[in-house]
Amino acid sequence: MGELLGKYRSLKVFLDICVKCGACADKCHYYLGTGDPNNMPVARQELMRKVYRKHFTPAGKLFPGLSRAEDLTEDVMEQWYRYYHQCSQCRRCSVFCPYGIDTAEISMAAREIMDSVGIGQKYCNEILGKVNSIGNNLGINKAALGNTLEFVEEDVKETTGVDVRYPLDEKGAEVLLIAPSADFFSEPHIQGFTGYGKVFHEAGVSWTVSSYASEFANFGMFIGNYGVMQKVARRIKDAALDLGVKRIVVGECGHAWRVAYSFWNTLIGPFDFLDPKHRNPTHICEYSLDLIKRGGLKLDKSANDSLTVTFHDSCNVARGSRMGDMPGGQFEVPRDLIKAMCNNYVEMNEDTIKEVTYCCGGGGGLLTDELMDLRVKGVLPRANALHDVMQNKGVNTMATICAICKAQFTKVLPYYGIPMETVASVHQLVSNAIVLGGKKGV
Amino acid sequence: MSGLSALSLSFVIMFYAAAAVFIFGLAAKVYGYAVTPAPLKIPTTPAPATSGGVALRMASEIFLFSSLFKGNKWTWIGGYAFHVTFALVIFRHLRYFLQPVPEIVSLAGPPGVWAGVLLAGAAGYLFVRRIAVDRVKYISSGADYFALILIGSIAATGLIMKFLLRADVASVKSFMMGIVTFSPVNMPADAMFIVHLLLVMALMVYFPFSKLVHMGGIFFSPTRNQVDDCREHRHVNPWAA
Ligand code: SF4
Ligand code: SF4
Repeated sequence: MGELLGKYRSLKVFLDICVKCGACADKCHYYLGTGDPNNMPVARQELMRKVYRKHFTPAGKLFPGLSRAEDLTEDVMEQWYRYYHQCSQCRRCSVFCPYGIDTAEISMAAREIMDSVGIGQKYCNEILGKVNSIGNNLGINKAALGNTLEFVEEDVKETTGVDVRYPLDEKGAEVLLIAPSADFFSEPHIQGFTGYGKVFHEAGVSWTVSSYASEFANFGMFIGNYGVMQKVARRIKDAALDLGVKRIVVGECGHAWRVAYSFWNTLIGPFDFLDPKHRNPTHICEYSLDLIKRGGLKLDKSANDSLTVTFHDSCNVARGSRMGDMPGGQFEVPRDLIKAMCNNYVEMNEDTIKEVTYCCGGGGGLLTDELMDLRVKGVLPRANALHDVMQNKGVNTMATICAICKAQFTKVLPYYGIPMETVASVHQLVSNAIVLGGKKGV
Repeated sequence: MSGLSALSLSFVIMFYAAAAVFIFGLAAKVYGYAVTPAPLKIPTTPAPATSGGVALRMASEIFLFSSLFKGNKWTWIGGYAFHVTFALVIFRHLRYFLQPVPEIVSLAGPPGVWAGVLLAGAAGYLFVRRIAVDRVKYISSGADYFALILIGSIAATGLIMKFLLRADVASVKSFMMGIVTFSPVNMPADAMFIVHLLLVMALMVYFPFSKLVHMGGIFFSPTRNQVDDCREHRHVNPWAA
């Protein structure tokens, strides 16, 4: 702990300055869903703070009883394990804190400490094992990946009659596309992936997926370990160098976009080997919207006429990153893109979107069946807001740009009577609306 | 220092000690924050993309408590009143430390007194809130009550001297002037003043070791003070290549 305090200003400042004002207390979806007072962000922090006080403050050393200071005993550790794995690192609490105290920073530090004494969480560590050996979180090997891409190609050919390529490991391609590996297999993720290919096809730009770095997600962030996060990210830089691409475009994934947007430049930058004309990395939503603005996509909005769409802001995109050039672009870019794709768009309650969006309840490394009960409870605030627009505004589709959100929602929304088909990829709407062969090379 | 009574002498020494703990304790904390690296860019977005924008964001946090406003209006009202009146009261007290008294400080005199009343009220309000709201009660510990009681009592003793047992302002002033000019004189034999001063010294000593360091810490909160320009400018982590 002492070591982390010396390395992270966030931790050092945050452990000291909380005034227990309680502004964050009712802001966490896990607190709202479970009603467990230890899930109030400030109470979650307190689990670490009491150990901090015991060892790092004079009051805690002298009067541990008076100042609620404790050693990191097995009991306390058990509480840590339980409650620091009931935080999806969504940062909603930090929006309302007068000092910007970010419980996610504290959860990450706690997980790192637990990892260092050998009680890391199984799910995240298995995933990290796969990404380091095979190149993605799902353990898809190169042959299987090739098959998937072929399958998508055939599918597009069948439904549209057009040859759209989904290339793998093509040296000299202009764009390296990094997608979360769920995009290769899961529904509705793969619909979005299909959309990415159509966009590049229409742009007339050569692109490729890499089998060495076939994963955008970075679970290093979830376990709070800088080195692991860097190592996972490094594969992407190496792939980009190896394939000789000019730019990196990334797919729909929330925490991974935070890592890419906010951390890559620090972890694996500078990106001086890429074309400086482009933002590196570029989010696929930025890419598609830019193309539309340049008149490079022919669209038929009526293809989505059976849908009334709403948009779920993914927490890590909303509060940990940006798109476009202006603050808040992370809200506008995907919305502008969706509105360009369909005629019926509705917002959910404003207390649940944009900066104050609720987490899907499955982020931060909690997307495991072992935590199913928590996941079902954590989605409650989002489920309520969605239910409201479904009842009153006729919404039947909730689009989102995060692989974890999609996986979580399709699994847990049915508990609230919301069909899994309600959940869509943003680029699935793009995929529906694109008129292939409309324009080329703008 | 000859001619100082034992009582006055001990208070003068205690005051210097308390002031030293306050100043050096807070400075050490702030120094600790300043030298601890911020490895990654973690502004809570949407965040300003320029340092001018960040300055505005910080100013609105410090002068308006804008995040707290988003978080909870009732807490904001109490917290804001508490801090603003506290600041005014401290400003008013400059009249005891400066000779001649600058005009602006004199002007702050009457409103400063009412600020004192409000300050005591706000402390009481926040205290009741801690007991009455279940959620807040759950997270409150002795330290939270202690800070409010301490500051509330300082305000109360000050008000008693103003309205009930009027203190001899001239001798209070000469005592304080003696302290700041390092030529101490005897303190007024006024029990209320002695209590007031004791509480203030307790606050000064307690301050750097408590949550009250939020006063300095807020400037170092990375989620608020960082510029959101991650793609344009490479942020380098000092402890990793
Ligand atoms: S970061 Fe999100 S999940 Fe974690 S305590 Fe804060 S609001 Fe809850
Ligand atoms: S909002 Fe911030 S200062 Fe207030 S209790 Fe929560 S973490 Fe502490």
